[in-house]
Amino acid sequence: MESLTNRSKMVSNKKMTFLEKLYLPAIFGGMLITIKHLFRKSNTIKYPEEQRVFAPVYRGQHVLKRDEQGRENCTACGLCAVACPAEAITMIAAEREKGEEHLYREEKYAEKYEINMLRCIFCGLCEEACPKEAIFLTDRIVPSNLQRGEFIYGKDKLVEDVNDRVDISLRQLTGKRKEK
Amino acid sequence: MNTEMFFEKLILVVVLFSVSLLIAMYSTYLERKVAAWLQDRVGPDRAGPFGILQPMADGAKMFFKEDFIPVNSDKWLFILAPGIAMFTALITGSVIPWGHNIVAFGRDISLQVADINIGILFILGFVSIGVYGIMIGGWASNNKYSLFAAIRASSQMISYELAMGIAVITVVLMSGSLSLRDIVDAQHGMSWFVFKQPLAFLIFFVCALAECNRAPFDLAECESELIGGYHTEYGSMKLGFFLFAEYINIFISAAVIAALFLGGYNFPGMDAFTGNTLALLGIGAFFAKIFLVIFIFMWIRWTLPRFRYDQLMHLGWKKLIPIALINLLITAIVIAFSEGWFN
Repeated sequence: MESLTNRSKMVSNKKMTFLEKLYLPAIFGGMLITIKHLFRKSNTIKYPEEQRVFAPVYRGQHVLKRDEQGRENCTACGLCAVACPAEAITMIAAEREKGEEHLYREEKYAEKYEINMLRCIFCGLCEEACPKEAIFLTDRIVPSNLQRGEFIYGKDKLVEDVNDRVDISLRQLTGKRKEK
Repeated sequence: MNTEMFFEKLILVVVLFSVSLLIAMYSTYLERKVAAWLQDRVGPDRAGPFGILQPMADGAKMFFKEDFIPVNSDKWLFILAPGIAMFTALITGSVIPWGHNIVAFGRDISLQVADINIGILFILGFVSIGVYGIMIGGWASNNKYSLFAAIRASSQMISYELAMGIAVITVVLMSGSLSLRDIVDAQHGMSWFVFKQPLAFLIFFVCALAECNRAPFDLAECESELIGGYHTEYGSMKLGFFLFAEYINIFISAAVIAALFLGGYNFPGMDAFTGNTLALLGIGAFFAKIFLVIFIFMWIRWTLPRFRYDQLMHLGWKKLIPIALINLLITAIVIAFSEGWFN
């Protein structure tokens, strides 16, 4: 029978030679190999002093983006909630009032938008489903917490600050989105 | 025994106890560090600088856990087992000579708590009683897996005690006395027994590994084989005692190996020193040898895979005992020749 790769070795059932039966030469050979590792550099990255380099497509914490005028993009259409395989996203929609044109882009907006970070599997399907380019996954890591309740992120943690925008240009350039 | 002698021995016992505990504690830290270095990792380095306070953290964790006794277990035996393990581990340290006599406070203080003339036999005897700690722990747990593990561990330990004893007889033949002080004194300077009896050294080393239930002979307590082995049902400080007793056993076994084969507190060029300097340098040399042997124990653990139970028994009975006996025979014949018995 043909083998798939050329790395397979035939198993031999030969009896052990006298030197092999002693075990000692093999043991000393093994110990020599192990002691060499004592003098090698370790591969450990000591978090949080050192951080590892993420790929441009790394999927971390979500962000709800605003447009150039500072208005929220999200219209609470619910496509991200439907797309989410872990059912982590919930939202309540509301109608935009007269004096709120500078806050929200369209007449419908998300009054309450919550992502349960413990259910989220960071797959990015919500980002792919969004028609308004509102939700993206950034390379920030979700910090640890001592209480379960604090893992349900509301709009205060997800919507980006007007003055301090989150840079997602690398995510927009990979995959299907074209630069406008 | 007058009060001065009493206090001298009392202080020596307290110092020895604390040193044993301290070294066993830092052996746990060193084990994790050496394991990490041999595996291209770093090991614990968060608790204190370089992770030095890690054993304190482990001890505190053990204290804070719930100390339960399983309902159907034999309550008094359950509590007794870790005690026996710890007791036999600590008491063997009392006959080991830690150095030459120190002159202090106008007295000649011997650094050996009890210089009995059957030293090495005492140690072998207490190592045998140590098997009880494991056996009772496994039985009292009322758990099939623990019992299995305890039976395997005790059969392993008694099998390897035989070869160990025969290797020790070889050393005793060479030094002429069972007292550890005399055995160490017979290895003055650089004439250590490891050069004259390499085979006995090897046999004793392998048997010491088996007695400490240490890889590659750790079938009794490894997680993948028998859940947790004989200490499955133990928690909190009782488990701490079992684990700690194992590390104290490692320390004492290393001390015995250093005393019997590596020359104890003797070092090359020791004739140039006298008095307290000689004693201190001797203590330093002894501990350096002990740490070397402990490092080799750990090195072997992280190199070799585990022995299967039947391979272990085969090695102990069918290989080590015949080799030890032949070694003993040859040594005896050579000594008889050199003493003129055949003239």
